[in-house]
Amino acid sequence: MKISAKSATLLVLVVLILLSPVLFPSGYYYRVGALIFVNAIAVTGIVILTGYAGQISLGHAGFAGIGAYACALAPVHLGLHPSLALVLGAAISAVLAFLVGRPILRLKGYYLGVATLGFGILVSMVLNNERQLTGGPDGMEVPELGLRGLLEDAGLDLTNGQFWYFFCGIVLILAAWLALNLYNSPTGRALRALHGSEVAARTVGVDVARLKLQAFVISAVYASVSGSLLALQNKFITPDVAGFMHSIEMVTMAVLGGVGSVLGAIFGAAVLTLLPQVLTVFAEYEQLVLGLVMMLVMIFLPQGLLPSILRKVRGKDE
Amino acid sequence: MQKTLTTTALATLLALGATAASAEIRIGASVSATGPAAFLGDPEAKTLEMLVEQINEKGGINGEEIALTLYDDGGDPNKARTFATRLIEDDEVVAIIGGSTTGTSMSILSVAEDNEIPFISLAGAIEIIDPVKPFTFKTPHTDRMACQKIFEDMQKQGITKIGMISGTDGFGASMQAQCKEVVGEYGIEVLADETYNPTDADMTTQLTKIRNTDGVQAVLNPGFGQGPSIVTRNYRQLAIDLPLYQSHGVASDGFIELAGAEAAEGVRLPGTALLIADQLGADDPQKPVVDAYKTAFEEKTGTSVGTFGGYAHDAFLILTDAITRAGSAEPQAIRDAIEATSGLAGTTGIYNMSAEDHLGLDLSAFRMLEIKGGEWTVVE
Repeated sequence: MKISAKSATLLVLVVLILLSPVLFPSGYYYRVGALIFVNAIAVTGIVILTGYAGQISLGHAGFAGIGAYACALAPVHLGLHPSLALVLGAAISAVLAFLVGRPILRLKGYYLGVATLGFGILVSMVLNNERQLTGGPDGMEVPELGLRGLLEDAGLDLTNGQFWYFFCGIVLILAAWLALNLYNSPTGRALRALHGSEVAARTVGVDVARLKLQAFVISAVYASVSGSLLALQNKFITPDVAGFMHSIEMVTMAVLGGVGSVLGAIFGAAVLTLLPQVLTVFAEYEQLVLGLVMMLVMIFLPQGLLPSILRKVRGKDE
Repeated sequence: MQKTLTTTALATLLALGATAASAEIRIGASVSATGPAAFLGDPEAKTLEMLVEQINEKGGINGEEIALTLYDDGGDPNKARTFATRLIEDDEVVAIIGGSTTGTSMSILSVAEDNEIPFISLAGAIEIIDPVKPFTFKTPHTDRMACQKIFEDMQKQGITKIGMISGTDGFGASMQAQCKEVVGEYGIEVLADETYNPTDADMTTQLTKIRNTDGVQAVLNPGFGQGPSIVTRNYRQLAIDLPLYQSHGVASDGFIELAGAEAAEGVRLPGTALLIADQLGADDPQKPVVDAYKTAFEEKTGTSVGTFGGYAHDAFLILTDAITRAGSAEPQAIRDAIEATSGLAGTTGIYNMSAEDHLGLDLSAFRMLEIKGGEWTVVE
């Protein structure tokens, strides 16, 4: 029996998410797991934008910031339930991505990178400076999601860490499933075609501008949901979530793991989320090790960690 | 992922293996030793390590050694929350010190409260202890108190109209807001309210605007880092002949060095006893603790003491004092003992905690200082 790459990827994800807790020596590992999933959701969005469509964004943390602050602000000012605030944040991010994407996606390469960078910095500045609304650099509190209480009433008693581990895990599986479906859809094929050559894609009738915009909007929604989940989980949020470093982190995770593959990108998110935790023993060298790992991967495994490893394994089989 | 997680577990075990003794009191800390808030976290980390070493040399507390697990959150609230979870769930500490910034403190706070582990914050914001949360305490005075101390001094000088120039960083922005909230109570009016980015290299434009505002009698500069030194230098270059007030954020010898003794001449700010250790009277209750900390820290690190390291010192002092009095290292017992702290002299002030006050300092903890000839002097 042959299983498709899509089912295989989803199967691996589900099994890993369900079985990993068996190995967890303490509750702290649920927290790390949940963080990996949150990062992986944003990185999956980057896979759609960069891996599928070949467009670069250095400002996606801006959308994460919008998602995060939607969950902090909407319940207080609009009386929305935090879960609806997550949806609202995603909607705002989508509209904003649409408006911003239309003009800037005409740019290519470095120019697109700088334009998206500008967008991310703008969001971060607004969050920092609108102190009456966002609390400024000191950040603000985020209301409780309340879902854990509901589960408890239903007889399922999870610790806070366990709840967020499984909740973010489920959202990640959904996010990966959508991204994998997109890959093999006509839209996905068109996206990959324009990645290969915009001119060739246009000649065969692909609406390049519209598709690029679609990919940008979808990836913005992914980043926004990831930001919302982070905010709800941490119950406190500061403008750091929209910071330049967070944007770079997303791209780095995607590139490290393998930007063309969903599982690879998730793997990249896992590695880069775990490394700082492992390296606390020699925290002073953390940046050094991260930089070195990145350089070595770029030089020796330009496809990213996971695709390169898989190719090695398969190569031996044949 | 399983494999990497196992590796993490192994690495953690190895790291712990070195310190794990049978009878010990495990204390955790997460400070911003690197990153944008390193000027806070670095002296804090050095102070904590030094104090743990000192106390263990003397045989620990109640016969048990202290084991400190110290993490560097780089000023990132998300990391701080993860480290707080790690300290509680994995390292099984009985109390946490840390949170150099308001953001990191607020993140640690909710984890500590959920798990009922006492937490002593090292950050300034009033939100940390207001409203009072059962397990959260803090050692630095609030920004509001710094504002009040400054306005009290202005009132004495008969100043009623001022200009403000504030940094847009967390510290500057928070203090600017707090100052404007209490300024009315002192009958003082803010006529000009300018801001600068923490990375700006020149503030003459903002200062010129303030100078050209009619009626300004003094200027207040809430901010930390290099911003206030640049403001001070520009202030002298523009020959503005009004009193200049700085905040407690720059209360260290580094400020005088950066601004230059000449430019800093006559600058006033609210500082702690630590800055004027050699001028304290022999009967000053803070003298022994300030002297001991200053001597040990300067000998150990070769750098001069500052207010921020002092906050960590006081947090550790409050915690060890509480454990000693409680005679137990149970989180609940420690919490109760911290809340009962009274008349404890730290480097920042004399702490008197209560169920309603988890800071325990009043305005007397601040001393109004003036820079004269490159030295700190007390304004009476």
